[in-house]
This record gives sequence, structure tokens and C-alpha cells, in this order.
Amino acid sequence: MTQDQTLTCQELVELVTAYLEGDLAAPDRARFEEHLVACDGCTNYLEQMRTTIRVTGMLTPESLSEEASTELLSAFRSWRT
Amino acid sequence: MLVERYSPSMLRIASLYTPSRAVAEDVVQETWLAVLQGLDRFEGRSSLKTWIFRILTNRAKTRGQRERRSIPFSALADRETDSSEQAVDPSRFQGDDDRSPHGWASPPTSWEEVPEDRLLSTETLSKVDEAIAQLPEMQRLVITLRDIEGWSSQEVCNFLDITETNQRVLLHRARSKVRKALEEYLAEEEKAPA
Repeated sequence: MTQDQTLTCQELVELVTAYLEGDLAAPDRARFEEHLVACDGCTNYLEQMRTTIRVTGMLTPESLSEEASTELLSAFRSWRT
Repeated sequence: MLVERYSPSMLRIASLYTPSRAVAEDVVQETWLAVLQGLDRFEGRSSLKTWIFRILTNRAKTRGQRERRSIPFSALADRETDSSEQAVDPSRFQGDDDRSPHGWASPPTSWEEVPEDRLLSTETLSKVDEAIAQLPEMQRLVITLRDIEGWSSQEVCNFLDITETNQRVLLHRARSKVRKALEEYLAEEEKAPA
């Protein structure tokens, strides 16, 4: 990207993860945020990505079945003694 | 205790490779026993967490027999990031000759009005789960570790032995596809009569 070029919406959507990861260089980050100020579509897109991450995070890991954890814990106990 | 802290994550990751939950549980148990037996030989070259999860994935792959030849994660990552892929269907953007070239033609709507209980409903979550299940292997692993298990990008890179760039590209592709699935699902819901 050259300094004076503005981002298109199609370019911005490909930078969303780099932006959220804090991996964009300062000038790119500035251009990204500048674009957002003027663009509802991209603002919504970024919000959708943030929501997607949040919803994905709600898929909590399942726990081991009680039987399996009891077996494991007793294996550990016998190991220690 | 380590077993309680890591087992749920291990179960989820083992499940990516095994045909059933029962087999995944077996793999988790076997892994812990292998960890105990091998603890003397653990040399601290990687973190304990990385070491445990490596044992887990090796065992899960063997049990799942999904791959006859074991392909290293780094090679799979190269393969999955090789071709170009777009986060959003190009038809949603304007063309070169339109008023705003490569600007939105059909812009995404805000989800701020979507009620929280619908967003986090069992049905929505199962759609997300489904979308993740359909991802190529490395994208599925990366999004699972990062966004469900909460690993840092550095931990994921070390564990899978992939570059920062590949990790980010895989995460980007995975999240973009899950977003698309959510968008389609929420739009469908909207159309249905209340």
C-alpha cells in the first residue's frame, strides 16, 4: 500500500484480523481507522467480526465424563504414592 | 490441578480427529498416562503445555487414522494458505466501473439490535460449531485454539510450528467463514415470521 492511497472496502475486510491482532503498521492502522469513520458498511463488518469472535468463545470446552476423570485421578494418586 | 485445567481443551482437540467422544476420552486418558510415564524425559525444550498437547495430537491422529502418513502441521499450513481466498464474496462489492469501485454493493447490517439471548442461543452456537467443523484442518485447529481455548498467537505458532503470518492467515480465513455462516443464519431468522 502506498502512503496516499485510501483503502477500499474490499481491501479493508482482508485486514480485519491483522487489525484486531494489533499487527498493522502504524500508517496502515491509521488508514484503516480513517476508512471506518466514513464507512457504515465496514464499521458493521468489523462489529460482526468482533461478535463472531465473542460467540465462538462461548463454545466452552466440554468436561471429561465423571467416569473418565475418576479413573484418571485415581491413576494419578497411585502414581504419586 | 493440571488434569482439570487441560482436559476439557484436550477433549475438544482430540475430538477433531476421533470418530466419537468415547474415543476422544480414551485419547485424553492415554495422553495423561503417557505424560506421567514420560515426565522424566521431559527436557523443557518446549513448554509443558506444548509438550502435553503434542502427545495428545499424535495419539489422536493415530487413533483417528485419518491420515495414513502423518503430514507435519507446517506443511498442512503452507498448503492451506497457498491459494488466495477472499473473506467476503466478491459479488458483494462494486466493480471497477461502478460509482465506488470495490466499495460495498450490499453492505453488512449491524448486529447491535440482535438480542443477546438469540445471539448466544443453543441454536446459534450449534451453527457456529457446525461452521467450524466444516473448516479445513489447520483453520479448524487455529480457530479452536485461539477463539475457544484462548491460546495466544505465540502459543499456537509454537505448538503447530507455523509462522506468525500463516497463523494469522489461517485465523482470518476461519473467522471470516464463521462470520459468513452467522450472517446467513441471522438473516434467515429475520425473514421467518415472528
